[in-house]
Amino acid sequence: MISLLLIIPLSSAFLIPIIGKRIKWTGGAISSLAAFALAANSFVIISNLMKYKTLLYKFGAFPPPAGISLIVDGLSVFLLITVNVVAFLIALFSMDYMKQYTDRWKFYTLFMFMLAGVNGVLIAGDIFNLYVFLEVAAIAGYFLVGFGVRDEELEAAFKYAVMGSVASIFILLGIGLLYSYTSTLNMAEMARILPQTGTSSLVTFVSVLFLMGFGLKAALVPFHSWLPYAHSQAPAPISAMLSGVSIKVLGIYALARIFFNVLGMTPAVCFILIALAVLSMVAGSIMAFGQSDIKRLFAYSSISQIGYIALGLGIGTPLAISGALFHLFNHSIFKSLLFLNSGSIEYAAGTRDLNRIRNVIREDPVTGYTNLIGSLSICGVPPLGGFWSKLIIILACIQANHPILAFVAAVVSMLTLAYYFKALTPALFGTHATAGIKASGRKISFAMAAPMVILAILVVISGMMLLPNPGRELLKGAANVLQNGRNYGK
Amino acid sequence: MKYIREDKGMTLIVKSVTRLTLGFILLYGIYITLNGHAGPGGGFAGGVIVALSFVHIMLAFGKEVALKRLRAWLLRVSIGIAALIFLYVAVIRSSFVSCPVFSTEVIIPLCEMVIVGGGLFAIFIALVLLSKGDKDAE
Repeated sequence: MISLLLIIPLSSAFLIPIIGKRIKWTGGAISSLAAFALAANSFVIISNLMKYKTLLYKFGAFPPPAGISLIVDGLSVFLLITVNVVAFLIALFSMDYMKQYTDRWKFYTLFMFMLAGVNGVLIAGDIFNLYVFLEVAAIAGYFLVGFGVRDEELEAAFKYAVMGSVASIFILLGIGLLYSYTSTLNMAEMARILPQTGTSSLVTFVSVLFLMGFGLKAALVPFHSWLPYAHSQAPAPISAMLSGVSIKVLGIYALARIFFNVLGMTPAVCFILIALAVLSMVAGSIMAFGQSDIKRLFAYSSISQIGYIALGLGIGTPLAISGALFHLFNHSIFKSLLFLNSGSIEYAAGTRDLNRIRNVIREDPVTGYTNLIGSLSICGVPPLGGFWSKLIIILACIQANHPILAFVAAVVSMLTLAYYFKALTPALFGTHATAGIKASGRKISFAMAAPMVILAILVVISGMMLLPNPGRELLKGAANVLQNGRNYGK
Repeated sequence: MKYIREDKGMTLIVKSVTRLTLGFILLYGIYITLNGHAGPGGGFAGGVIVALSFVHIMLAFGKEVALKRLRAWLLRVSIGIAALIFLYVAVIRSSFVSCPVFSTEVIIPLCEMVIVGGGLFAIFIALVLLSKGDKDAE
């Protein structure tokens, strides 16, 4: 069952090149079906996880420290659900959206490789396998960003590839040093050995390498420069995938897993994480003000929201961690929704320029209203999910005696409201059409509208995660894994 | 090989030598795959050599001849099928063992050879052909 998480996306990725080129519709159908199977499989895994605390899959039946293992615990399953549901909706959206591109089978193949990599990162119990799957997802991402092969898209893909490779090299160097120090690659075994060896400057050095590497994958501020290019130039489903899934799993999840469960959180790491988080929140939201490209606006807002998640993890109290994970879930949903919206606006209007997009809500009510819901949630308007997660993070800051951080988080939330208000109000409600949304004459189809509506419904009801069952149990299980520290895999 | 008199590609000497050595290179690649798969990187090295034999044709005779020998779609399909067989072996470990020809000891290095050889040749095609603006290569 755990192995199905890898078998399904890989087999569909290998199947699509065989039949997808001749029979055009199969690529989209296979990838949507596979993503749906993955989402269903994640729900089956949850019901099994209620009975056993951790699920373990042994490759070739060799027991863990020597053999390679796949581990699913509360944190993994929380992210598996988020990732696979979002990926299924994105796959559904891309069935019609990708019709404007040629060679679609290549897109679906790479998409399934990316999904396989992301799922693999989430279930790897072995630090080197984590790296391998991270590379699978990242390399598929480099190609997908440049899928349109126009000049600016290739430039963005090249930037992303160079920055991503630098990050991967840092991570690989860190893993190599850690392996030479502990003589094991299994994360649970590593967590057992590291406290016995006492403190060492090597572990500090490895921490710095991992902070740089995973920070770059997560696009925390000093390492963020690839993100606005990659997210704005990729095809819309891939922007949604990168922002909703990739930076969270490859960046935040890997960072949290390694620092909380393997290396152990030291005050210095917490301080650095908080500093990077505050920098991301403030800088991301300030830079978002000047953007006139709708996807660049969303990209900078991603940087700012990733800051919130890192802030919650850096503070490290139980409440803050739950808040961070809840915000991760929320951001994954509403940011994919917003990027899908930007895709359908671009599809219908033929432009991403916010100065030319007008009156979306009248011309295309589905896109308009779902975009409104997503934007309100990301700004933190009360009944929607984004409000609750930001509230929890701010409360956790106050509870942990960091009133200044709470103030910063509240101010950034207002800044978010301000730049979304400034950018999207004219686009959604403005009537002075200079270009108008119907410029290209294309209307979005049902297969494009349905995922956006489902995501919007999820955004509205995601506040219910805080109700006792099953949402809070899921969140609590995920947060417990991080609080338990080095008891990983037990 | 009837293309030996054509103007495309390199000189007559290179074409003749290619024609003579081609089979041996291919055979050597298969030999390395089958003989060395128990050692480190058997299938990989064999695949590289198999890919080199096709690269050799391409360098000596030009791209048309090489692509006539090994079509791009065949490359794509064979890589896909080989990868699927890999996955199948991983999922259902024991079902191949009953028949000795399809035992995992034979099938895994062969699949690896197809994947590596096909992949490297595809990369070479992409580097040589697509850089010249040839859209119909694939």
